[in-house]
Amino acid sequence: MMKTTTAILAAWGALSGAAMAQDVTLSIESWRTDDLALWQDTLIPAFEAANPGIKVQFVPSAPPEYNSVLNSKLEAGSAGDLITCRPFDASLALFDGGKLADLTDLEAMANFSDVAKSAWQTDDGAATFCVPMASVIHGFIYNKAAFDELGLEPPATEEQFFAVLDAIKEDGTYIPMAMGTTDQWEAATMGYQNIGPTYWKGEEGRLALIDGSQKLTDPQWVEPYATLAKWAPYLGDGYEAQTYADSQNLFTLGRAAIYPAGSWEISIFNEQADFEMGAFPPPVRAEGDTCYISDHTDIALGLNAASPNADAARTFLNWVGSEEFAGTYANALPGFFSLSNFDVEMEDPLAQEFVSWRGDCEPSIRSTYQILSRGTPNLENDTWGASVAAIKGSETPEEIGQRLQDGLASWYEPQQQ
Amino acid sequence: MDNPPDSTAQHKPRIRWHIVLFLAPAVLIYTAVMIYPLFNTLRLALYDQVDQQRVFVGLQNFRELFGDPLWSDQFWNALGNNFWFFAIHMLIQNPLGIALAALLSHPRLRFAALYRSAIFLPTILSFVIVGFAWKLILSPIWGIAPGMLEAVGLKWLYQPWLGKEEYALSALSLISVWQWVGIPMMLIYAALLSIPDEVIEAGEIDGVTGMAAFWKIKLPLIMPSIGIISILTFVANFNAFDLIYAAQGALAGPDFSTDILGTFLYRTFFGFQLQLGDPHMGAAVASAMFAIILIGVCLYLFGIQRRIRRYQL
Repeated sequence: MMKTTTAILAAWGALSGAAMAQDVTLSIESWRTDDLALWQDTLIPAFEAANPGIKVQFVPSAPPEYNSVLNSKLEAGSAGDLITCRPFDASLALFDGGKLADLTDLEAMANFSDVAKSAWQTDDGAATFCVPMASVIHGFIYNKAAFDELGLEPPATEEQFFAVLDAIKEDGTYIPMAMGTTDQWEAATMGYQNIGPTYWKGEEGRLALIDGSQKLTDPQWVEPYATLAKWAPYLGDGYEAQTYADSQNLFTLGRAAIYPAGSWEISIFNEQADFEMGAFPPPVRAEGDTCYISDHTDIALGLNAASPNADAARTFLNWVGSEEFAGTYANALPGFFSLSNFDVEMEDPLAQEFVSWRGDCEPSIRSTYQILSRGTPNLENDTWGASVAAIKGSETPEEIGQRLQDGLASWYEPQQQ
Repeated sequence: MDNPPDSTAQHKPRIRWHIVLFLAPAVLIYTAVMIYPLFNTLRLALYDQVDQQRVFVGLQNFRELFGDPLWSDQFWNALGNNFWFFAIHMLIQNPLGIALAALLSHPRLRFAALYRSAIFLPTILSFVIVGFAWKLILSPIWGIAPGMLEAVGLKWLYQPWLGKEEYALSALSLISVWQWVGIPMMLIYAALLSIPDEVIEAGEIDGVTGMAAFWKIKLPLIMPSIGIISILTFVANFNAFDLIYAAQGALAGPDFSTDILGTFLYRTFFGFQLQLGDPHMGAAVASAMFAIILIGVCLYLFGIQRRIRRYQL
């Protein structure tokens, strides 16, 4: 009798254990509120069908608050199992603080190149703590109808670029280029970081700045500001008080002909614009120069070190690093390009255009994101104001270079010699 | 020596527990959410984070805040902007509020209740709505400001005000004045209504009427209210943050021309974009703000409040 009871109890225990294992629910922290439908309708069902026993919830918070919300949740121990990672220092600080688990030995990591992983590694590259999901590419989107109407070709060199702008301005039907300076980041991200890599030769200049062999007062870092200053007359009346949303609307309503873009605009523009759009990469300085693009590692997924469901979470992360995920994600969100080594077929023509530049141009990431924005003053935030000042002409490019250099050198040792 | 028995002397003075009981909830809540955080902030300002460790550094954070050009430039810029923000409120909002109240209290004004409500209405709106609405009104692309100026032939006056360094702060201050002018108006209006008719009539008998009656009789009588309004304006302006944040973001563009202590504190404490938050430096900024407001209020209490004559009517 006693034996049977024990046996029953043991069996019940084993069963309930199995039942418990089947009840694992993972939750994902993210700032991409826009992607809620994508996760719930496409990604999560696909994963759950292949992995019975693991349920997944996507619980995003508003983008501007994400960093502070996430930090306080992690401190309080109430954060989700999976953490969407910002590139570079914000995530590195979490890893150093023991909040993110080391994922170096995750099988799916083999599917990513070193460059793809660089945004979520320790400085020496020894440990990787997030699975790369996507990057965004900078360039210019243009209104094909407007270009056809005025008989214009997408420009390849800087000279052609300004000739095109002049022609549009001359005609007067369209605002030549839609960009404002109110939000500041727009001028820095879509302006300076868009055209800049051509001047500082992408990775070559970026790494030289980090090791201290180039300075922000060098011509390759100052000249993009001089070029930005030449944009002002083409930006339309009152660009000083034009917001990012204003710029998007001006372009999609067909009032502006060219839009300095990040590829994440593609899905929004596809919905809103009723004319055909094309894209061209940042123009080179002289015919035949190598072109450089900003192909910025933007989003990844990591594991909360305190998660009680680490095994299930690793299964999920392996799936995020898989070919299936890469294809689904890149097609559902055209403009967020997969960082994996798989050949991802994309259906959206504009997205194909953007990603095709990877073949012809040298990719680089935004110059201010790795290491150089670790101190105060913060080079990325400083670059915002600097780009605006350049466009408005309230500071000369040389003054801007000097100011940024002084700020960086005040806390960054390699720049102090 | 037959003094009547003193009733109080026979009882021991009782502790009146009901007072303690009724005050307790307020005192406890106030201590928990105001007094404790205040002292904790002051304490936090004396520490710094070195290699994930909290280290006591004394006044080092304040030395950096006031002495290191990287910090002090921003601090003085924000403080200067704050004074300009305050000056516009004192020079425009409060006189305007008094004038509106004087007009409203005029016995022969028709539709006074309507005007009163219309002018007071913006004070109940959220900062986010006010900031967004005015951004839209003044927008060079979609706003109605350029069109309205054009309609009266003044298009040349139009500027993208919120986007120009030289105008942005003044424009935002005026928006804030528009939002808050109802408060001084109502307070002064109430003060004006409480002046007894006998005083005004006595003045009339002595030949003081019209504007002279306002300047010589009513204004001195509402001085204490004006004093209170001034100090309320001071405290509110030096604590301001929301409107600037809603309209110009945490970087208080263009080029920090609208940066006030509130936005500076926000950026320092919570961080912004790639800038990681620094709670210790942030606490130092908060302590400086607290000191500035404390000094201002003390100057008012001891320098001005005690000299205002009060009239017992």
